[in-house]
Amino acid sequence: MNRSEWPLWEVFIRSRSGLDHKHCGSVHAPDARMALANARDVYTRRLEGVSLWVVKSTDIHASDPDAKPEMFDPAEDKIYRHPTFYTLPDEVNHM
Amino acid sequence: MSTVTATSASAAQLDYVLRIGDSALILGQRLSEWCGHGPVIEEDIALTNTALDLIGQARLLLTHAATLEGKGRDEDALAFLRAEHAYRNLTICELPNGDFGRTVLRNLLFAAWQMQLWPALAGSTDAQLAAIAGKSVKESRYHLQHAADWTVRLGDGTEVSHARMQRALDDLWPYTAEFFAATATDEQAQAAGIGPALSSLAAGWEQAVLPVLERATLKVPARTPFLSHGKEGRHSEHMGHLLAEMQYLQRAFPGAKW
Repeated sequence: MNRSEWPLWEVFIRSRSGLDHKHCGSVHAPDARMALANARDVYTRRLEGVSLWVVKSTDIHASDPDAKPEMFDPAEDKIYRHPTFYTLPDEVNHM
Repeated sequence: MSTVTATSASAAQLDYVLRIGDSALILGQRLSEWCGHGPVIEEDIALTNTALDLIGQARLLLTHAATLEGKGRDEDALAFLRAEHAYRNLTICELPNGDFGRTVLRNLLFAAWQMQLWPALAGSTDAQLAAIAGKSVKESRYHLQHAADWTVRLGDGTEVSHARMQRALDDLWPYTAEFFAATATDEQAQAAGIGPALSSLAAGWEQAVLPVLERATLKVPARTPFLSHGKEGRHSEHMGHLLAEMQYLQRAFPGAKW
């Protein structure tokens, strides 16, 4: 008997209006509709969110963990890229 | 509770609330049997969520019933310490789950009925019942959608799944007559403005159910004279077994709490 698994979907939840969707886990489902239903049943039982996204795991392309040195390390000594060297006028809030 | 008969308006009201509450309780008990046995973990949780929604509805309704009764009993006493014939649930709720397809098909038939009932109770002269209906309608809408999705997937699925769904529909369909068959209690509740005429729910129920069955390529059985009588306390042979399991703890350890 063919026991091939349903595809995996990554689940993103927006916890409140105005906030970003955040990755919270994954579900198995044969299509997007059921992936949304399963995500609702598995991940929103305790009032976790107001909106759901599901994305096929195979549609997410990840950076290579082995490429970390060349990808991310060069940013380490570029502290001038942080906007902390400017004096902001008091009128500019929330920077 | 065994002495409840619809002899007065208040007795009818109590009986009426018990019918709705017991139906939610008993189907909730059946669905909770799936906990740990679902075909995939996501569906295991989905069915258990539905069970918890129904038991939540039952708690509100049985608490209300206990108040109407006024004999010092609470929701737990009503849920766990009555005799079989005192339960007023629709017979369809107590039938065994069968396979996953049969379980979701029963959920479809029942949720579609609840989706007719709740809005009709919104204007009930029983304010508590109206409030419970208002809260429950959102839950039932999701149950209906979940069950409809699966009914279509399995009915219009493989040869095996289609055959199983058709067999389940043939078996369950006759029990849906009880949804709309008014007894003295229903008529008195209607006269008192507590609930709708049950026959008036049939058209909306069919509008909710028949298109799903059509998309599921299932053949709707012809109506027969068969009528179940669970809401009058005359249950199928399955009810005693269900209660034996459900009541075990309170019977073995009366008053046990945790």
